[in-house]
Amino acid sequence: ASDVSVLWLPLPRSLLTCRTAEPLEYHRSFLKENCRPDGRELTEFRTTTLNIGETSPQCVSVCEVSVTYIGFFILFPCLGSISTADGSALVKLGNTTIICGIKAELANPTVEAPGKGYIVPNVDLPPLCSSRFRPGPPGEEAQAASQFIADVIESSEVIKTEDLSIDRGKLCWVLYCDLMCLDYDGNILDACVIALLAALKNTRLPEVTINKETSAPEVNLEKRRELQIHKHLVSASFCIFDDSILIADPTAEEETLSTAHLTVVTDEDDRLCSVHKPGGTSLSGERLQECISRATTRQREIQKLIDKVAHSVKKAQ
Amino acid sequence: MTPSACDKSAFSTMEVCGSLTVSLREFGCEQSLLSRPDGSASFVQGDTSVMAGVYGPAEVKVSKEIYDRATLEVLVQPKVGLPSVRERSQEQCVRETCEASLLLTLHPRSSLTLILQVLHDDGSLLSCCLNAACMALMDAGLPMSCLFCGVTCAISTDGQIITDPTAAQEKESRALMTFAIDSAKHSVLMSSTKGSFSVHELQQCIAVSQKASEKIFQFYRDSVKRRYSKSR
Repeated sequence: ASDVSVLWLPLPRSLLTCRTAEPLEYHRSFLKENCRPDGRELTEFRTTTLNIGETSPQCVSVCEVSVTYIGFFILFPCLGSISTADGSALVKLGNTTIICGIKAELANPTVEAPGKGYIVPNVDLPPLCSSRFRPGPPGEEAQAASQFIADVIESSEVIKTEDLSIDRGKLCWVLYCDLMCLDYDGNILDACVIALLAALKNTRLPEVTINKETSAPEVNLEKRRELQIHKHLVSASFCIFDDSILIADPTAEEETLSTAHLTVVTDEDDRLCSVHKPGGTSLSGERLQECISRATTRQREIQKLIDKVAHSVKKAQ
Repeated sequence: MTPSACDKSAFSTMEVCGSLTVSLREFGCEQSLLSRPDGSASFVQGDTSVMAGVYGPAEVKVSKEIYDRATLEVLVQPKVGLPSVRERSQEQCVRETCEASLLLTLHPRSSLTLILQVLHDDGSLLSCCLNAACMALMDAGLPMSCLFCGVTCAISTDGQIITDPTAAQEKESRALMTFAIDSAKHSVLMSSTKGSFSVHELQQCIAVSQKASEKIFQFYRDSVKRRYSKSR
């Protein structure tokens, strides 16, 4: 069945193209008016909803509305995240939903870095989230996303791996970060980075003492300490349409129609941790600069959001 | 394309002496060195060496076919072990760069397979893969809208920009960036970065990479010219 666009702008009848038959023309007709089919501006990000921590009646989620000028927050109770994990977070960026669970385990440190622990991220795109993923081993997109998250963690030093060491050369923490997509509507890299950062802020590691006589580790599950987060990372993804138009936070449909993707990861000191553009049509210097400035504004918005939610979760506990 | 005996010896080298800003290691390239693939090339940057082979346009599986374009598949094989997550991410970068410069719409419902075998890794691996890929695609005679080359820049701990770093220089660097530059507009096709850096440093590295790319494109021209002048 054809999906005729529901327009809120008085466009002439000739521009009412069919969304399923000619998706490119449909999107172009909106881009000509400097807007998009869901009503957003070209540089506007979708509504971000964040939920940190375990299920509890006091658990709240903060929703940020109208990011372009004033960000005001709506608080409403909703489903919690994972109670069996050491840290967890659920992020919804429009329809894209990513849940992150962090499990901490004890392990032997690697021979090359005896005084450091390690972080192992894994992005999973199951068949649940979209019909384009089939069951079986992870596809290229999931593996590339996992490598991207691993590089971002390493580049930015969001957690000093020396903090994860317990006994030099013998025992360290390894953090398994599992990011699972529940609903794929484009821009999973941004959502993954937000979910990861929020889950790391929520992670509480138990105290470990080494028994002097038996030299066996003793884990005290009651006493827990938080992780030291050094950098506040936020990523902003863009895609290029028709080699010239730049749009922020693409949906799945916009991603398939675009000619190039770009993801910029910034931290609170305005330093870039990653400029990830895996091929596609070329990008001029001015466009790149535009993306970087939009990414820094986005960083401030998301930092406020995560701090607010983390603070409200702490108050509720 | 069946290479004749004298084609095989079309091996050209270029030493770029360091100017104040851009210095690249010794380059080497050989084309049509393998007999089975439709196009093949070997690219050497200092000690880093990558061999590329291209098969196509050939038949494509119905599940993978695209109705109006060719399907490009890239495989990166490391020197030791099976391909891991890191190789998948490199494959994605190389594939999307090639898709931007190849005229895929000329071969609908066909498959193009590009295989990159890492022979030795001494730094700047991704850019060496991109260079080998471009030379192999040229050797296969596939229609392209522009050529592309890969340049790696490393920012050392004291803020100096080093182009085409060795593995030792990469390890000591604070940030590492790889760019794919196209030959038509000298703009950035692909960007892959590690480590943290400022916006100013990024722009400086892009400028340095664009300057280095001119030298690499000149090397491509010399290499192909030498190869065809020796035939027959």
